[in-house]
Amino acid sequence: MKITKEEVDKVAKLARLGFTEEEKEKFASQLNSILVYFDNLGELDTIGIEPTSHASTISNVFRDDKVESSISKEESLLNAPDGKRDCFRVPRIIE
Amino acid sequence: MEFEVIIGLEVHAQLLTKSKIFCSCSTAFGAEPNTHTCPICLGMPGVLPVLNKKVVDLTLKVALATHCQIAHYSRFARKNYFYPDLPKGYQISQYELPLAEHGYIEIVANGESKRIGITRVHMEEDAGKLLHDEGGEDVSYSYVDLNRTGVPLIEIVSEPDIRTPGEASEYLKSLRGILQYLDVCDGNMEEGSFRCDANISLRPIGQDGFGTKTELKNMNSFKNVQKALEYEIKRQTNILDGGDKVIQETRLWDAAKGVTLSMRGKEDAHDYRYFPDPDLVPLAVNDKWIEETKKSLPELPDEKRDRFVKEYQIPEYDAQVLTTSKSLANYYEECVKLYPNPKVISNWVMVELLRRLKTDDRDIEECPVSPKLLARMLEMIDDGTISGKIAKTVFEDMYLTGEAPEKIVEKKGLLQVTDQEEVVEVVEKVLAENPKEVENYKKGKTKLFGFFVGQVMKETKGKANPNLVNEILRKMLD
Repeated sequence: MKITKEEVDKVAKLARLGFTEEEKEKFASQLNSILVYFDNLGELDTIGIEPTSHASTISNVFRDDKVESSISKEESLLNAPDGKRDCFRVPRIIE
Repeated sequence: MEFEVIIGLEVHAQLLTKSKIFCSCSTAFGAEPNTHTCPICLGMPGVLPVLNKKVVDLTLKVALATHCQIAHYSRFARKNYFYPDLPKGYQISQYELPLAEHGYIEIVANGESKRIGITRVHMEEDAGKLLHDEGGEDVSYSYVDLNRTGVPLIEIVSEPDIRTPGEASEYLKSLRGILQYLDVCDGNMEEGSFRCDANISLRPIGQDGFGTKTELKNMNSFKNVQKALEYEIKRQTNILDGGDKVIQETRLWDAAKGVTLSMRGKEDAHDYRYFPDPDLVPLAVNDKWIEETKKSLPELPDEKRDRFVKEYQIPEYDAQVLTTSKSLANYYEECVKLYPNPKVISNWVMVELLRRLKTDDRDIEECPVSPKLLARMLEMIDDGTISGKIAKTVFEDMYLTGEAPEKIVEKKGLLQVTDQEEVVEVVEKVLAENPKEVENYKKGKTKLFGFFVGQVMKETKGKANPNLVNEILRKMLD
């Protein structure tokens, strides 16, 4: 086993996800089979090949430093579960 | 035990672009909350960030000015963490393959030049701003303004080459000077466009490996950086002397209390799971781009310092101090144009002006004495209107009121006494009041001459022309 239940716990915590014990077992085994599958790539000879970070080969896509109109603050806050005083409102995060 | 202090600094500087790094929202400071936002910087699903070319141009300038090696191929990564000021749940930054590495800058420490290594310079986006209602009606909430989200920053990381809080402060001043020379950042620490975090550790003198470090945050002025480091040195020394171990942690500087405090609840942070951002294509900088940027660089502090030494014949140390900030260098050159005696100007700026600004923790931009006023005052010394000693009083008054020197001299009656009869009168009075000293002087105690000069100056409140006083005294005594 490459992935233990503890590691699933840790990743879940980092991603702010809550799972039941059964789900954790299930995901540990699923993540394992994914990693085992990836091991197949290890059979290929990749010496001298640069690691790929992007599927496309283009580089240097830029925009000019020009200001265009933003959306209104009402629109910005439209999807927020809680907003007040033109701001997103969240539970207090410092004591 | 004696310890050696090891300091490394991380600076975040806001780049002077009009629009954000990955979208077209304005970067202007002080707008109403959440009015400079769009689906891209709000982190809506399905949007596509596109890199602002100006951000690369400005970062390249900084990289070249700090003698870095430029990577021909670099890319952006996602730094994953949750915080209410980060709408996407990740910050776009550079991790592996930053734009520039392995540079250095020169600082002056204890009158000597020292080289501080630059580990890397990379681009990233800023996070939003959190507002807390202190003592207001809803203390159980925080408010999020995302105008700053996506504003371009560069992060400049130094090598652990800094050994004292004073060097740290000099490094920051030099670095800020370079950014201001390049016009890439306004360098305002209070407004947060130039921010600094510090890594600090102690090790017994002679030891090779580093000790456990702490990271200090929340220092919003040069003075606070210095104070926080001084405090942390004492704290870590006490821990180590007591046989305990320093805990690796982030500590916040509390300027009001003058202490660093441990930041709690971050024990499971720092697992950022960086990976290349698939939304942004790699950045390829070719030699032509680098060469063009090199050509566009203005005269930098080091070059200006060398020119000042050559052109104005002032000591290298003076030139170094005068060129640390672009505004100070401009101030100096403006003065020299109006009053072409570079050495005299350098003395006044280095001694009186900088001392005054330092006392008030002010920048040269806020100096109430303009080059014009300073030059006029120096002319008044030359033409005998005031003495060099009185000029210090005039200068202090100009600094406090911003008024013209002529006006101050008139208002305070500081005109130099050059009237022969008036000085003779005072000299006669002084000699009559000190018969013993006169007798001793005539017996050969010529050292007393200075005493008589002093008495005359005291009597005239420093306004008598010193040459005239000397001349008359000699005539009457010898």
